[in-house]
Amino acid sequence: MTNTLDMTQTELRDINSTLQAAAKAQANAEYIITNPRGSHAMACGLDGPLDVTIQGSTGYYCAGMNKEATVTVKGSAGPGVAENMMSGTVTIEGDASQYAGATGHGGLLNIKGNASSRCGISMKGIDIVVHGNIGHMSAFMAQKGNLVVLGNAGDALGDSLYEARLFVRGTVKSLGADCIEKEMRPEHIEILKELLEKAGADAKPEEFKRYGSARKLYNFNIDHADEY
Amino acid sequence: MCGIVGLFLKKDELRPKLGDMLTDMLITMTDRGPDSAGIAIYGDETGGIKITVQSDTPETAFADLDADLCAVIDGPVTIKSISTHAVLTVPAGSEKAAIAFLEDKGLRIMGSGESMEIYKEIGLPKDVAARFNLREMGGSHGIGHTRMATESAVTTMGAHPFSTADDQCLVHNGSLSNHNQMRRVLAKKGVFTRSENDTEVGAAYISSRIADGATLGEALEGTLKDLDGFFTFVTGTKNGFGVVRDPIACKPAVMAETDDYVAFASEYRAFADLPGIDAARVWEPEPATVYFWER
Repeated sequence: MTNTLDMTQTELRDINSTLQAAAKAQANAEYIITNPRGSHAMACGLDGPLDVTIQGSTGYYCAGMNKEATVTVKGSAGPGVAENMMSGTVTIEGDASQYAGATGHGGLLNIKGNASSRCGISMKGIDIVVHGNIGHMSAFMAQKGNLVVLGNAGDALGDSLYEARLFVRGTVKSLGADCIEKEMRPEHIEILKELLEKAGADAKPEEFKRYGSARKLYNFNIDHADEY
Repeated sequence: MCGIVGLFLKKDELRPKLGDMLTDMLITMTDRGPDSAGIAIYGDETGGIKITVQSDTPETAFADLDADLCAVIDGPVTIKSISTHAVLTVPAGSEKAAIAFLEDKGLRIMGSGESMEIYKEIGLPKDVAARFNLREMGGSHGIGHTRMATESAVTTMGAHPFSTADDQCLVHNGSLSNHNQMRRVLAKKGVFTRSENDTEVGAAYISSRIADGATLGEALEGTLKDLDGFFTFVTGTKNGFGVVRDPIACKPAVMAETDDYVAFASEYRAFADLPGIDAARVWEPEPATVYFWER
């Protein structure tokens, strides 16, 4: 059964309480939220299997801390969508604003449009697929997980990167400190193929380049002592 | 924080609704800036220059003000007073003398121009909007601001928009870190500001560049090089408005365009009541990129 909650009739806190309780109940329920009107913190903190569709655009921190739930936004999402996601799937049909998927530990963030600056900043295991472009400083200090970009990347991609994998099909305006292009080996093609399929992305893994950490910042380099 | 809204109408038949649409947008941004609010509205041109002034004691300050000003500039003056603000219309060419007289009388100058009027006060955006009947105002375009003060005191003069030249104004979300230095640089050129506020320096910088012959686009480009700090700027001119964000772009911004209007806001929430928003093109302006719309 699909439940519909209308944000012109129900307060945001009540909607989130209802969704959080339904997620905890482990009943795989389906919810449709109408008239979101760009509200903040929608469908955040869901801790269990639940299917939520938001019929419109959302504001800050939609689907934050998501665990197991599937959240779909039928519009654009404001800053910090799916921040610190643990698992589950968050899909944005439109664009995502800055720091989408920041610090995410797991799950899939699927952005059908563009993502702006700082996408995947400090990501810790999440998979992010962006069908359009991403802005500057994306994957800054990204530790683990995969960031897949079908379009172009802005300035300073992967600055101070740890072990996250970055796959970009288009151009990269510039690479950040310690981020380099790396060889695309068969195991990377496999990972990418699976992610593209999961995200419903119409692209071939062979069209992408892989970027990763040069690992030069991991240890103090005595030759740089004069620079401090 | 702070909230910014802007609306540029492409169709004349919407002009009577400008104030109503902008007021909804402004009030939605209350939790980004609850301490003051302001709006610059570009309305009908009267052939003269409109000077918007503010007084904490409007009953006495505005009584006979038009007659007194008329005697000083030796020309016709009309006055429209709304709450703490009054708009005086004087013949073009006499505005300098008029502003000097009004400042001498202790009135605060909000701005001047052929079409621009500025209304700003401390208080919640809904109260500021009600005080000035913003909903009833018509015009071709307007920009508004809800303030959460960081760089200077919560006063009428610290509220946005800031106007530093005829028909030009600026609203800002962010903070400038080199505003004192820039204030001194501008003062050496004879460009002065009326408050301690950082944004007013940004406005004066843009006005000064335009006065030196730069286009609006070039002046906005200049902010990226010469102003240090965080900013999303929306600047209004007689013919339109412009948007620029600093290269780091951590202050939010979203834009929407339909056949009827171009709208700007700090957050999508401010667009929720705009007609046709579901079918509008909605996007986030790129960092360090100048956008402007002019008629």
